Amino acid sequence: MAVCIAVIAKENYPLYIRSTPTENELKFHYMVHTSLDVVDEKISAMGKALVDQRELYLGLLYPTEDYKVYDYVTNSKVKFVMVVDSSNTALRDNEIRSMFRKLHNSYTDVMCNPFYNPGDRIQSRAFDNMVTSMMIQVC
Amino acid sequence: MSPTRWDFPVELCCRPMAFVTLTGLDVVYNAVHRAVWDAFCANRRADRVPISFKVLPGDHEYPKCRSKRTSYEWYIPKGILKTGWMNKHLNLVPALVVVFYELDWDEPQWKEKQSECATRVEIVRQSLQGRNTKVAVVLIQKKAPLPPGEDVIASERAAALCNVCELSGKSLFVLPHTDHLVGYIIRLENAFYEHAQTYYYTEIRRVKSHKEFLNKTTHQICRLCFQHNTPLDAIAQFRKHIDLCKKKIGSAELSFEHAAWMSKQFQAFGDLFDEAIKLGLTAIQTQNPGFYYQQAAYYAQERKQHAKALCNHDASVTYPSPDPLETQTGVLDFYGQRPWRQGILSFDLSDPDKEKAGILAIQLKERSVVHSEIVITLLSNAVAQFKKYKCPRMKSHLMVQMGEEYYYAKDYTKALKLLDYVMCDYRSEGWWTLLTSILTTALKCSYLMAQLKDYITYSLELLGRASTLKDGQKSRIEKNLMNVLMNESPDPEPDCDTLAVKTAQKLWADRVSLAGSNVFTIGVQDFVPFVQCKAKFHAPSFHVDVPVQFDVYLKADCPHPIRFSKLCVSFNNQGYNQFCVLEEASRASEVLENLTQGKMCLVPGKTRKLSFKFVAKTEDVGKKIEITSVDLVLGSESGRCVVLSWQGGGGDAASSQEALQAARSFKRRPKLPDNEVHWDSIIVQASTMIISRVPNISVHLRHEPPALMNEMYCLVVTVQSHEKSQIRDVKLTAGLKPGQDANLTQKTHVTLHGAELCDESYPALLTDIPVGDLHPGEQLEKTVYVRCGTVGSRMFLVYVSYLINTTVEGKEIVCKCHKDETVTIETVFPFDVAVRFVSTKFEHLERVYADIPFLLMTDVLSASPWALTIVSSELQLAPSMTAVDHLESQVDKVVLQTGESASECFCLRCPSAGNVEGGVATGHYIISWKRASGMDSIPVIRTVITLPHVIVENIPLHVNADLPSFGRVRESLPVRYHLQNKTDLVQDVEISVEPSDAFMFSGLKQIRLRILPGTKQEMLYNFYPLMAGYQQLPSLNINLLRFPSFTNQLLRRFIPTSIFVKKLAIEYLGRRGDSWMTPLLLLRDDQDQPSVFRQRPQGSAYETHCDLEL
Repeated sequence: MAVCIAVIAKENYPLYIRSTPTENELKFHYMVHTSLDVVDEKISAMGKALVDQRELYLGLLYPTEDYKVYDYVTNSKVKFVMVVDSSNTALRDNEIRSMFRKLHNSYTDVMCNPFYNPGDRIQSRAFDNMVTSMMIQVC
Repeated sequence: MSPTRWDFPVELCCRPMAFVTLTGLDVVYNAVHRAVWDAFCANRRADRVPISFKVLPGDHEYPKCRSKRTSYEWYIPKGILKTGWMNKHLNLVPALVVVFYELDWDEPQWKEKQSECATRVEIVRQSLQGRNTKVAVVLIQKKAPLPPGEDVIASERAAALCNVCELSGKSLFVLPHTDHLVGYIIRLENAFYEHAQTYYYTEIRRVKSHKEFLNKTTHQICRLCFQHNTPLDAIAQFRKHIDLCKKKIGSAELSFEHAAWMSKQFQAFGDLFDEAIKLGLTAIQTQNPGFYYQQAAYYAQERKQHAKALCNHDASVTYPSPDPLETQTGVLDFYGQRPWRQGILSFDLSDPDKEKAGILAIQLKERSVVHSEIVITLLSNAVAQFKKYKCPRMKSHLMVQMGEEYYYAKDYTKALKLLDYVMCDYRSEGWWTLLTSILTTALKCSYLMAQLKDYITYSLELLGRASTLKDGQKSRIEKNLMNVLMNESPDPEPDCDTLAVKTAQKLWADRVSLAGSNVFTIGVQDFVPFVQCKAKFHAPSFHVDVPVQFDVYLKADCPHPIRFSKLCVSFNNQGYNQFCVLEEASRASEVLENLTQGKMCLVPGKTRKLSFKFVAKTEDVGKKIEITSVDLVLGSESGRCVVLSWQGGGGDAASSQEALQAARSFKRRPKLPDNEVHWDSIIVQASTMIISRVPNISVHLRHEPPALMNEMYCLVVTVQSHEKSQIRDVKLTAGLKPGQDANLTQKTHVTLHGAELCDESYPALLTDIPVGDLHPGEQLEKTVYVRCGTVGSRMFLVYVSYLINTTVEGKEIVCKCHKDETVTIETVFPFDVAVRFVSTKFEHLERVYADIPFLLMTDVLSASPWALTIVSSELQLAPSMTAVDHLESQVDKVVLQTGESASECFCLRCPSAGNVEGGVATGHYIISWKRASGMDSIPVIRTVITLPHVIVENIPLHVNADLPSFGRVRESLPVRYHLQNKTDLVQDVEISVEPSDAFMFSGLKQIRLRILPGTKQEMLYNFYPLMAGYQQLPSLNINLLRFPSFTNQLLRRFIPTSIFVKKLAIEYLGRRGDSWMTPLLLLRDDQDQPSVFRQRPQGSAYETHCDLEL
């Protein structure tokens, strides 16, 4: 389960960011922000060719001492970032992938909402619930 | 313990080298040995294998090997790695001992020498008792060796020597003392290195079998892995090492030691990584030394926190004495051993008093460590790395941390510098949470240094909409800001060091007392201040005779209402600035008063509209008026005041993205009262055009298109004033509209005077023709003549400008108005001219014959939609042509309607001209014409048509006939043929006349005669017509013996072949008076002069004798 989940707009500003309440929120903001360095590099490395065939899941960006940062980029260059505790070895690549897919579906639902203006911060209960289900439960 | 407790020992930081000892070399007295030694040691370059050599006597005592126990429990005192171990293996225990011995293969006393050598080897073996050190023998020989296999004695003796010394063949070497010493030495060295490596590998395997033993060797393993270009192995080893040690925190009271140790580990690995990169390893974005420095910094921070928590002893606590950290020898037996446990040989380590004293000593020592410095060094190392590996955001993050660390270290200047540097990165990417956090720290720094401008700037942004602070916080900041503006000290920021706050308060108090230089202008376009501004002109353009109007919208995002003292707008034309200032005399104390009324007060969340208007200057017509800045002044100029300055028509770092989002939004905005507007719906319009006053005149054009080429085309311009007052200085510009094809400018000419034809010197556009003043309702007319030299369509411009006095907002201005009309006029050819050459019999001619008359016919076909008057026509003959007749015009004063044509016919003759290539020039045909409707004053246009060239051919014999224009039945008809020799030769001519049914005739029926050059012969025949009507004449056949090409067909071109024969006149007398057309006939007179068509004089006696057969 993730400790932080973020949605980043094409222009690299945050659309949605939530982290476990037990830890310093700012730390995760910085972590997500710095991970964009790698994402940018990966996206530019992929180039423009075969845009529709490319893999959306960018995988593990880099491991830090305590956390692993995963990323997923939609075709419209919206980024999903997920931070997972390094000690959580039970979580495998496949599961991360499916979590991202669920997140993407939920995001698509948000976009389909005619009252949502693309580019605004996401304020959706359905999306919130989806994110909550993926976060580490704090009792 | 020294402060460098966590530094690695020297032997760990050097490059590990294989240790090889050389024995049997007398480097002092033996020159050969000296040379060998020098070759080994002197000038070792980096590409040589890493071996450290040492010359030792053969019986050198090596460190004794202790007997190994089977269980670790036996070892007391406990410890993992002795401090001397590394040094021992690097510098004392060799991997290989080499025995040098002088021995040639053909040594006469071989046996003795062999046994001496074996003894030496044995001595070395003895001294290495128990070690796995290898032994090798090198024979120094005087002779160069033979190629392998050829020296039978050598191989035999070598085998024997190996046997005696108990050496493998691989450990016996030969060193011939020849010219190539260094080459041999290098080969030897490589062999030594192989042996040494084998030794170390066995040793490592043995050491590794001690299961706990992993600690410090990690460093060397990683270094080796990097050196062997397997960075992933190095990283994996390091991870294994760290994962193992991470959890082993040890004593809770000394947990900072663990953090420090971890920090050191990461730093060391980062250094190793960096070193490897300098040696050519390539790192990547996600795996570079920066990460390790960063982690090292984190551990250093952790260390700081632990130390802060654990080492906060009272000042009364004194350092324990005797110093528990001192040992008698000053060195430790084992790495990581507590000094006070040194030498304790029991299992029970806990001497509680000693332990306590020791821990206290360490804690007190830790207090003197400058943690921030360590952290900052590590962070700046990491920054340098991340900069290199394209991680701008990581770099910014680390710089923020550095800034914060400087803040903790109370170096506020440096902290501000760093924070200020990275702020814009977070701002431009819209990470408001992070920006707020940075701003908060920055605000503290600026407070503690009492930096007024910075303090105000950060406050402005922390109060703004980008700030994620809670309202309570914002309230506090706003209050502080107001205090500052009223020349008072702000309250201290929360969570600041109390000592620093005290200093700061003093600084602020000093600032207050200082007067002057208290105006701070802050350009806000690069950040997100708490007042937003949008300026908007009412329209993208204004006529000069109406006032320019615009609104400035302001909105405050702070929690409490705010008053401003002044608003001024600056323009690119600074003359307007004075009209757009809003100022209210307000005392500084009023700023805080909760006045929601009044223009100068901004209520949070409400959009305030401030309207301005001014009259544009007449010289700005056609120019753009741009708002260059909007300045909002907070506070009073007497106290402190801040000028928020927006560039252009407002907008800050976040507003463009907001405008984009607002534009995308489909959301319906809630209805507001009429006088309020939604902030998002306001679009900045920072510039407007000043355009001239709307003209109130009419301009009409009267003309008759299309224009005819080269004519003076008449364009009548009528200008009528509809203005209410007199208009002055009316000027007309007319002509070809600029910006069209350049060729048109060359071929279009405009004049006001239609009486004369204009030439090339006239312009294509007449500008600013003064036409005087016009009273209201008055009109004037002006005629412009245009001459177009080429066909095609042209755009013509008629532009009328004038001056009028008018009043705007009680101010009299002189407006220049103008009205223009554009008209497209087609130019066409007035007529088409066709020219033909025909024979005197009106037969088409491909070519003409020299000296024989022919006809030139011209047809002028009108192509103009308007009637044309051909004033006259003229034929100008080329010198090669002569006219047979008078050349007067036959079409004078003819009026041609559209599609009609006028034809003329001229009889010409071309003297023999020889054979001219391309024919002979004929001349020019000139038509003078004008429009039928044109006035007399309009000049006549002469159109010159160049006539085509004609091919002239010579003919040997010219025949022409004299005969009456008609015959009459049964009346004699005399016909005379003239034969003229046109050559320089005597011509033999055969002539015959063939009989015809219609005629009887008398004369020579067949004759052969000679005609001398240039002379003429006449043949006279008397024909007697038998039948009426057009009758075939008896045909004349001529045969020239010299010119067989002269055929009868050619002949027929010159002489008539038939004639009209009338019936007897007496028979038809009753028909007289009928006005029938009389036939046109070509007549020839005796002089052989063809004449033009002629009608017979009417009313002659003959005319009435017409034939029924007509």
